[in-house]
Amino acid sequence: MSVPSREELPSLPRDEEGPVFKEPWEAQAFAMTLRLYDGGHFTWPEWAACLAEEIEAAQQAGDPDLGDTYYQHWLKALEKIVARKGLLSAEELSRRKDAWDRAAHATPHGEPIELGPDD
Amino acid sequence: MSDGHDHSHLSDTELRVRALESLLTDKGLVDPAALDAIVDRYENKVGPRNGAKVVARAWVDPEFKKFLLEDGTAAIGSLGYLGSQGADMVVLENTDKVHNVTVCTLCSCYPWPVLGLPPAWYKSFPYRARLVKEPREVLQEFGLELDDDVEVRVWDSTAELRYLVLPARPAGTDNMSEEELADIVTRNSMIGTETVASPAGGA
Repeated sequence: MSVPSREELPSLPRDEEGPVFKEPWEAQAFAMTLRLYDGGHFTWPEWAACLAEEIEAAQQAGDPDLGDTYYQHWLKALEKIVARKGLLSAEELSRRKDAWDRAAHATPHGEPIELGPDD
Repeated sequence: MSDGHDHSHLSDTELRVRALESLLTDKGLVDPAALDAIVDRYENKVGPRNGAKVVARAWVDPEFKKFLLEDGTAAIGSLGYLGSQGADMVVLENTDKVHNVTVCTLCSCYPWPVLGLPPAWYKSFPYRARLVKEPREVLQEFGLELDDDVEVRVWDSTAELRYLVLPARPAGTDNMSEEELADIVTRNSMIGTETVASPAGGA
């Protein structure tokens, strides 16, 4: 991979020692990955390679990749590795996602969202 | 009433995460309580404090320091801070002549068990790409000015090998206890983007 020159690169993003997860879903995605790894469903090098692929694909699609989209890449990589390892199919995921969307729409604002018996 | 006000809404991302979590739970592949425990551990309990304790121990105990530099994995393991990812740990000592700084150019491999989760900038492309190419400039942007005769070494982490920088013990800390020393060690000093400052009032 060629390294862009300094002029082509945005300046370095900085932070104070802020929260490690910006939103709860980031933490959930992180934890699921660790749990599946601990369960022996994939090796850590397999995971790192899968994540690196997603990051590279996102960059090529124009993501400035400033660290704020990191868990988006993580989530995509997780969806991919569970499919690759035969744990969940893309179709199952898509059906279940639609079910959660319907459940959200059927739930009054402020109440916990739960799947119905047919979902 | 307009859409979004009378009922709940989940973003596309939240929907995907819920789909994954509920399916993995249904299949017995993950346990929601275990997920909560992982989040709690990494968000609240690990942080960079484990790493700071490793550094403070090395500063006060020359035998431990020798062990740490010779076999980082075993030395850190002896304090109980090794994670489950099975990565080997290598500890790099910063001195008057050598400044070490770490990065993962491919993704964001990071020594979680000792430093918690990485900051946003560590995960960013500018840091990953530029540190290798122009480390002095990047370190300057972190406010770290190094003398010309200090050699900068950049270490690229992998899934199998992670690095922890052992920063130099600052002057004026001779009378501090191991616990007090651990309190002045910062996360960035163990990544290598800053040094540990002498405590206020110190020499």
